[in-house]
Amino acid sequence: MEHTSGFSLPNSGHNRDAEASKMGMWLFLFTELLLFGGLFIVYMVYRSLNPESFLLASFELDVTMGTFNTIVLLVSSMTIAMSITAIQTGNAKKSILLLYTTLGLAIVFLIVKYFEWSAKIHHGLFPGFEVYDNLPPGESLFFFLYFFMTGLHALHIIIGGIIISVVIHRTNKGLVNKEKYTLTENAGLYWHLVDLIWIYLFPLFYLIH
Amino acid sequence: MTSTALNLNYLQVKKGIFSWIFSVDHKRIGLLYLYSLITFFLVGATLGVLMRLELLNPGKDLFEAQTYNQIFTMHGVIMIFLFIIPSIPAVFGNFFLPIMLGTDDVSFPRLNLLSWWIYIIGAIMALSTLIFGDGPADTGWTFYAPYSVKTGTNVTMSVLAAFVLGFSSILTGLNFIVTIHRLRTPGMTFLKMPLFAWALYATSWIQLLATPIVGITLLMIVAERVFGVGLFDPSIGGDPILYQHLFWIYSHPAVYIMALPAFGIISELLPTFSNRTIFGYKAIAFSSLAIAFVGYFVWGHHMFTSGMSGTARIIYSILTFLVAIPTAIKVFNWVATLYKGSIDVQPPLLYALGFIFQFMIGGLSGVVLGALAADIHLHDTYFVVGHFHYVMFGGTGFAFFGALHYWYPKIWGRMYNKLVANIAFFILFIGFNLLYFPMMVVGLMGMPRRYYDYLPEFHLPNMISTFGSWIVAVGLLLMLGNLIAGFRRKREAIVRNPWGTGITLEWQTLSPPPLANFDRMPVLPQDGPYDFDHKPEIKE
Repeated sequence: MEHTSGFSLPNSGHNRDAEASKMGMWLFLFTELLLFGGLFIVYMVYRSLNPESFLLASFELDVTMGTFNTIVLLVSSMTIAMSITAIQTGNAKKSILLLYTTLGLAIVFLIVKYFEWSAKIHHGLFPGFEVYDNLPPGESLFFFLYFFMTGLHALHIIIGGIIISVVIHRTNKGLVNKEKYTLTENAGLYWHLVDLIWIYLFPLFYLIH
Repeated sequence: MTSTALNLNYLQVKKGIFSWIFSVDHKRIGLLYLYSLITFFLVGATLGVLMRLELLNPGKDLFEAQTYNQIFTMHGVIMIFLFIIPSIPAVFGNFFLPIMLGTDDVSFPRLNLLSWWIYIIGAIMALSTLIFGDGPADTGWTFYAPYSVKTGTNVTMSVLAAFVLGFSSILTGLNFIVTIHRLRTPGMTFLKMPLFAWALYATSWIQLLATPIVGITLLMIVAERVFGVGLFDPSIGGDPILYQHLFWIYSHPAVYIMALPAFGIISELLPTFSNRTIFGYKAIAFSSLAIAFVGYFVWGHHMFTSGMSGTARIIYSILTFLVAIPTAIKVFNWVATLYKGSIDVQPPLLYALGFIFQFMIGGLSGVVLGALAADIHLHDTYFVVGHFHYVMFGGTGFAFFGALHYWYPKIWGRMYNKLVANIAFFILFIGFNLLYFPMMVVGLMGMPRRYYDYLPEFHLPNMISTFGSWIVAVGLLLMLGNLIAGFRRKREAIVRNPWGTGITLEWQTLSPPPLANFDRMPVLPQDGPYDFDHKPEIKE
């Protein structure tokens, strides 16, 4: 059968296709938005049912720490965007440095979050503690949603951190370079999403009065 | 590589279990899905037969009420999450979408394998509740709060299983969307795509955009069970109706995840066996998108009796009626395709015709349920059970079997006994209608669903229904047995186009296809995918 050998299709799923990877990433980001979207709906409904309790409970949160973390994430979004530009222009060293900066900022965010959370838990504002169990229903819902949503967000920060580490590793090995930088771009897209979600979480929990 | 290695088909290139469960070949992954799906389907069907057995006579026959509750929950969870949601896309979509588009794989082959693994992990989690923990969930597959956050059974594991299975569904959808955008063969524009690809495209968008909502909702159920907070429990400030909204925001579109691929299958079967072009190609293609779009905004019709405002109910009711329009467009076009076609009655066509008949009953009974006044009477009765089994089993299930018979020679390069296949179809068809039509009658009489016992006046229809379940079981076994026996039949050389009239690209390659799908460049029909007047000649 001579026709089998030497024949190949013009389009192949096994070819490298930067467009496809980015499209896949964007689609994945849609699902992430909807995942948090479900939680935003729940927040909205309970806020409108218990406006006073939500307001009272929100005063318990530390606006300074929240603002600090917002700035940290915004800067990290900038550094990862800069690292993409760096790799596009062929400066792998600079790109790696900026990725490390992003990773460092992610860790700073998590540390601040840890102190915020432990302060709340120390005050007994977590399910299972007496203080929490005696709160009016609206306030306990607020605190639970706070833990649930910022917890899920923190999980995304951790996953983002892992992805960034992979990018650093692959850039080091030269697998990500001036010609092939889709991985960095996709990591950037994911990181911007994590940032974007926080931009909504921050005012919803800390600022609205 | 020697030239013989190049001529091997995808089943022969490598041997051994690991060459299957770690394969990134879309054809093998499709078959992995097929074998796992059929296994779970048989488990689910067995549970269904057991339920019918309990309902043969009024009063307690076989199980305690609690056991019955667990059986119907397990039946629902298995059939919905493990069988019918993945069914056609995961099996035939995986196998045939790339071939129909004229390419060699999906865009992300490794992600594709990952989605099968995630599916298997989810399946093991779901089935593990049968053995471990405090027994399988007894909430019904909908996991309605607040009962689901209070019952002592192993709801947490079932819910987590559904969450994990959702991931698998999302990844498959994502993969298909990118594949359709990026890998169509040169010359195949969107409007020259086969209708099966169109149906999968619409389905994939629903999978992608609806599944995350149920994912997070199920996680909230888990959180509520673990931490004892009042997200959905009204006694501590939660709102159970909110759970129902969030659940149906996904689960109603999910109905179209189940139904749209079946529409795609029917749109392939009818032109082939009528040997003429599909009637209303664009209407069928765009009505899939219309159903996917409108289907997003009708979830409230599952909650007409839950205490929504009158305005909301009227809006949901109107929107529900709207879905009937694109659906009817499809049915009319299918029937018009048969008109003046040169019809070749083969087993797959029988399934397609069975589909149209049963889906019409299922669809029209859905319109009855969408009407507010009628729904108040029929809500949570056996009419609903009859309705969705007509759509899901009589519709999607039959389309699945039709596809299995249609592509059987292409997938395995063999042929089953057509006479036995025809007999099995008629047994299945008769059994199906005996099983589910009495449910509609008994529902109209007022018998509620999900009870293990009933009043004596409902006895006759329930008896007929149980007899029907035995006939269905016989039909299923005969059908599957015949297909399995086909593997052992003396191998005749299956030509590229065994039905003679197949026009989509999979019929231009060898049966079974080589690893890279095509052994020569596929040729598109001149004027759209169903241009039977200018069919490319297929040389062996």
